[in-house]
Amino acid sequence: MPRPGFVLEVDRSTPPTLFWHGEGFRMEKLPAGRSRVVYPAEPLPAIKDVDAAIRQALLHPVDSDPLPALLFPGMKLTIAFDDVSLPLPPMKAPDLRQRIIEAVLDLAAAAGVDDVHLIAALALHRRMTEAELRHAVGDRVYDAFAPRGLLYNHDAEDPDGMALLGTTPQGEDVEINKRAAESDLVVYVNINLVAMDGGWKSTATGLASYRSLRHHHNVHTMRHSTSFMDQHRSELHKSNWRMGKVLRDSGPKVFQIETTLNNETFPSPFEFLAKREWEWNARERAMFVGMNAGLNRMPAKAKRRIFHGLRAPYGLTTITAGEVEAVHRITTERVYEQQLTPVEGQTDVLTLGIPYICPYNVNSIMNPILVMCTGLGYFFNMYRGRPLVREGGVVIMTHPTTNEFHPVHHPSYIDFFEQVLTETTDPVEIEQRFEKSFAEDEWYRHLYRTSYAYHGVHPFYMWYWGSHGMQHCGKVIIVGGEAKSVRRLGFTPASTLDDALEIASDVVGSSPTITHLHNPPLVMADVR
Amino acid sequence: MKALQLDRKPARFVAANLVSRLAPGRGASYGPLALTDIDPPELPGAGWQLIRPRLSGICGSDLSTVDGHASRYFEPIVSFPFVPGHEVVADDADGRRVVVEPVLGCVARNVTPVCPSCAAGHLGGCERLAFGDLQPGLQTGFCCDTGGGWSTFMVAHESQLHAVPDDFSDEAAVMVEPTACAVHAALRAAVEPGDLVAIVGAGTLGLTTLAALHRYADPGTVVMAAKHPEQRRLAKELGADVVCEPNELGRWVRRLSGSLAYGNQLTGGADRVIDCVGSEASIAESLAVVRPRGRVTLVGMPASVRLELTSLWHREAELVGAYAYGTETVRGVERRTFDLAFELVQSAGLERLVSARYRLGDAATAIEHAAAAGRRGAVKVVFDLRMEKERNR
Repeated sequence: MPRPGFVLEVDRSTPPTLFWHGEGFRMEKLPAGRSRVVYPAEPLPAIKDVDAAIRQALLHPVDSDPLPALLFPGMKLTIAFDDVSLPLPPMKAPDLRQRIIEAVLDLAAAAGVDDVHLIAALALHRRMTEAELRHAVGDRVYDAFAPRGLLYNHDAEDPDGMALLGTTPQGEDVEINKRAAESDLVVYVNINLVAMDGGWKSTATGLASYRSLRHHHNVHTMRHSTSFMDQHRSELHKSNWRMGKVLRDSGPKVFQIETTLNNETFPSPFEFLAKREWEWNARERAMFVGMNAGLNRMPAKAKRRIFHGLRAPYGLTTITAGEVEAVHRITTERVYEQQLTPVEGQTDVLTLGIPYICPYNVNSIMNPILVMCTGLGYFFNMYRGRPLVREGGVVIMTHPTTNEFHPVHHPSYIDFFEQVLTETTDPVEIEQRFEKSFAEDEWYRHLYRTSYAYHGVHPFYMWYWGSHGMQHCGKVIIVGGEAKSVRRLGFTPASTLDDALEIASDVVGSSPTITHLHNPPLVMADVR
Repeated sequence: MKALQLDRKPARFVAANLVSRLAPGRGASYGPLALTDIDPPELPGAGWQLIRPRLSGICGSDLSTVDGHASRYFEPIVSFPFVPGHEVVADDADGRRVVVEPVLGCVARNVTPVCPSCAAGHLGGCERLAFGDLQPGLQTGFCCDTGGGWSTFMVAHESQLHAVPDDFSDEAAVMVEPTACAVHAALRAAVEPGDLVAIVGAGTLGLTTLAALHRYADPGTVVMAAKHPEQRRLAKELGADVVCEPNELGRWVRRLSGSLAYGNQLTGGADRVIDCVGSEASIAESLAVVRPRGRVTLVGMPASVRLELTSLWHREAELVGAYAYGTETVRGVERRTFDLAFELVQSAGLERLVSARYRLGDAATAIEHAAAAGRRGAVKVVFDLRMEKERNR
């Protein structure tokens, strides 16, 4: 029986705590008597016979006819699937998407369906490369569909490739991929890493355009999503569900397939990174010391290559198919079962170790804007109830935060960093003054459509993503970050955690209470 | 009289060239510049008078000369030994404050008839810089007959003198000559209303050109590449719409012009680029960000540079120089550049650009300061002659 997540009260005998620090680590001694560490649960048991579970889900869906009953000769079938941003790190081959898509295609073939398209539902993310697509769907599917133009990346800027399905009562445009919109059936293949993934967000966001996304990817929505991971208190969730209603009423039939994963995040020999520090054995301690020493001497590129080469041995814990909302209710419960950890009350300070990866830098560089988004957008929002840090408290992150950007993946991020953040870091002002010109920039549009660049507006979304955290906190400090970049983000640089706590004392006094969210593997706090 | 004099000493020029590569401005200590006691220059003829400098600026061209980097192009149009200093506010023979317009054109040289350029009022284009009653010298401060502002006395022709209004401080007055260069450059750039203009460099020339653009042209957006924090602050104050680091200029211009790109090459670009640095890198950058058929105006004094000109050819861009001043046409009216400069110095408060004053005896420190002005938070460094004893005898 796996142990659930738990909260460790730090005392004098507590060993130093592991903090992620980009492509490296820091061991930090948290102040005894007033610090606590929220540890993730151990991995839930994985389903042993994945193929049987997939077949079971397709044949016995919730609130829907079995998939074979929805398939008929002459129909248009579109299989959409989550893009490279999920899961993190990428999973060991074979990817779950491959196994599910192969099962769906087998059923489609048996039903005589021959008009099938496969679409990577990447919204405004960068296009997936051939290697990434092959990893996601497998060589067999790739070779059968891609050469004939039947497996491709969603293109939200294709003037002939989008269809407006209608608007919500709140006036939100619902525009999705035209092929999907005109299909008799859309099968959506999801990998649910956190509670906000999946549901109507899969189609209403993954297959949407800027015209549609701007209705919920904005500062107002983000600030009124407390948190993203709590459907009942997420404006983002509500907007997607309103759009989902338009999709259900005016769009194609959607057969949703959602999967949940356990916490098996790190492959051998790095599994110990998921263990509690005092449980590391001598071999693991020696390995950590050696690894850290090696990493500290390694050039950034080499470190990046090592970390981005990691493939997670995730285990499947649930697969559910059928009607979107019914499926997602089950998925969410299962995600909570793995990730939710009860925590009593808030603290003055929240510390976060920011790792090398987030959804938007797979095989890429964690640039300063993504550091902000990962800390204040993702990790800060890993709560239900109340944030782990009190309003006006301090968030302390650890990350090198170098002024380094992937020139192919993140061109508009570079301009955002240089041209927007030098003017203001206020999300509202940024949205009003700059968003439109970036979103409609012809060059970014061209790079998004033909190269491997995130859409011009994407860095804005990253900034908005962290706007709730930014508004909530009195100060944000980055330990070990490049000072100039940290200041550009509007944050305060510090060399050590002790320095950071000293700096934080201006806001929270000299003996603040502290919570460290020991992420990853992912843990979500249920704050009472 | 006390003067900083520059003599033709090739070995000293070589030493200055070498040492200044390690520490710009250090040529003042190792090069051919020396503080000397010499006789005041004789009056070259009718219309000339002895004047007493009050303030005299240190210009980029002076630094280049002192550090031994100036182009050999100038050899036929300078005469040694000379006293540098062409940005001068002085007391004339009648005790009035005057600003010197230093170009030594046909009138000052007593050349008759005057050359076509001088006849047209384009003094900077004078074709007789090595002829007439004076030894060669493109300007006061580069001619052995006239002396220069880095001394307690010099001579000037009446045609060179502009009376300083009473409400002008000496600091404002010493900014008139560099501002006149900037006014000429801004007009030479031929900016059309609404144009996207990029200015490379935010030293004295860059900042005064920015001010001139706003007063005498009608640019749409002005983006300025400035290296140092104080330069960036001043650029904002003087009206730059965008102030960026030099390495960010290309990306700014791309976005502001709505350009696409081939790799790092823009498909479009700025309508006008004004290069106020004049280095190999700045000219290359200027050519990289100008739009097809756009214009790059070279204001900063270059020397020998190596350039890739394929884009100039392919994009049919213009590369034009902007030197000195004379007569300008502003909104259909002909005006003397210096008159426009007086107006601009006052309206834009350009006296604030004078950052530091030094006595002649501190020349080495002054020149090193001027050479590192941007980095040290300064803009214009000047010699202050007002307290020199012999001047006030």
